[in-house]
Amino acid sequence: MEKYRLDPSKGMEFGLYTLGDHLPDPGTAERISPQQRIRELIELAQHAEQAGIDFFSVGESHQEYFVTQAHSVVLSAIAQATEKIKISSSSTIISTSDPVRVYEDFATIDLISGGRAEIVAGRASRVGLYDLLGYDLRDYEELYEEKFDLLRKINEEEVVNWSGQFRPALNDAKVLPRPLNGSLPIWRAVGGTPASAIKAGYAGVPMYMAHLGGPVSVFKRTVDAYREAAQQSGFDPSELPVATAGFFYAAESSQQALREMYPHINEGMKRTNGQGFPKQNFAQGADPRSVMNIGSPQEIIEKILYQHEQFGHQRYIAQMDFGGMPFDKLMKNIELIGNEILPAIKKYTAK
Amino acid sequence: MKVVGLSGSKVGTKTRTALDYTIKSVTENYPATQTTLIDLADFDIQFSDGRNYLEYEGDTKYVLQSLMEADAIIMGTPIFQASIPATLKNIFDLLPENAFRDKVVSMLVTAGSPKHYLIVEQQLKPILGYMKAQIVQTYLFIEEKDFHRKEITNDDVLFRIDRLVEDTILLTETYKQIREAKEAEYDF
Repeated sequence: MEKYRLDPSKGMEFGLYTLGDHLPDPGTAERISPQQRIRELIELAQHAEQAGIDFFSVGESHQEYFVTQAHSVVLSAIAQATEKIKISSSSTIISTSDPVRVYEDFATIDLISGGRAEIVAGRASRVGLYDLLGYDLRDYEELYEEKFDLLRKINEEEVVNWSGQFRPALNDAKVLPRPLNGSLPIWRAVGGTPASAIKAGYAGVPMYMAHLGGPVSVFKRTVDAYREAAQQSGFDPSELPVATAGFFYAAESSQQALREMYPHINEGMKRTNGQGFPKQNFAQGADPRSVMNIGSPQEIIEKILYQHEQFGHQRYIAQMDFGGMPFDKLMKNIELIGNEILPAIKKYTAK
Repeated sequence: MKVVGLSGSKVGTKTRTALDYTIKSVTENYPATQTTLIDLADFDIQFSDGRNYLEYEGDTKYVLQSLMEADAIIMGTPIFQASIPATLKNIFDLLPENAFRDKVVSMLVTAGSPKHYLIVEQQLKPILGYMKAQIVQTYLFIEEKDFHRKEITNDDVLFRIDRLVEDTILLTETYKQIREAKEAEYDF
């Protein structure tokens, strides 16, 4: 795990992720300015660090209602504003980017941050960027696989010789600057289906699994499939970290947590996805067997520990700022995480 | 309540004719409803390429959004080659898999032969079920002999159109009440 800067003896890592969505608060129907949203993201990372949270990541999305299209620029600002929290993309759309440029950006962020940068590389659930940059959607799979492989090669080799279909060849190319400690942790973003996880396993790369909702048991199958595929490909699964990411919201009671979060999720999904989140499904999110970590701090502690027992993952990443969630509520959540949730999780997962 | 009539083919006129009668029945009997008739023959629709439905442009976007905003959809389809037409299947492919969740969908079918009666059971209903529609079980099957020069000449068909409309509206209202009662229980 050392290669990925993870130390299991300190317990499971706890992180936050934001998609950088810029949606109205359904309570007030108001939208803060893009400037304020970006400032609040930076501030959120600072508060997360102060609360002892291990990891903070920012997503890249190129569509209406999002503000972190230039997510590496935002991460760079976070790198400067913080001192010890790990920072990452979640995810970088590698399919439509040049891996050389992505690597240059993140290696630079790594230097600015003193060795805290990571990359989570995904393939976009939206196609806006394909149109914007002139890529053909029919190359969806191949673009991702080729560019992800190149990104890893640049990470592993100081001098790169490479040729592929979607980018000019690299001949004895040195991609500079190099990260502080020689390489960056690079994760493969997986949408929660076994098929995608199996590909990460075959490649022997860490898996960052995002999920919206559903029972832990279903996602356990995905994690198991990932490790099995890694083993089949000759990798040692115990050397490959797994991260899970999904909805999180803590309040005094699970009922209050559901009540406060639901309008944000539902309205936000309507605008960004075209369909709301059914109440019936959301209500099940409070169940101890659900992957959604919504409830009182004690309930959340129990859920995360149960998930850890099932997944054996090294990092959990919470998404709580979706859909115009007011900043004071985010601060309250960070307080609950820092004071109650984090100490318990660390205590029970440290090996 | 928003009701969309969808005529699922670019070929022929019988499905459209039957849908015209149907939408007329909706507006006459339920004036408070907001109706839209979408005849795929009038639109230039892209083939599905897997993107989110919000990301299509032009006619494709208009048709998909109208369907997604509907409370009830009355779907009209001819039967071609013992099957639903490709134009209609493309609409299903363009939409998300839960597109018809919390929507009522009813069907009317025009066919040249009574031998095609079970195509709806075998092809259309499984798709609608998969996409989470509340299906009006009884559908309307209209044969070629019931039409004459873009008019329906069989009174039995006209009665059945009115009954299909009644069933569609009744189920939509009832389902809405059931859902609201259930959601009120959640207290969030």
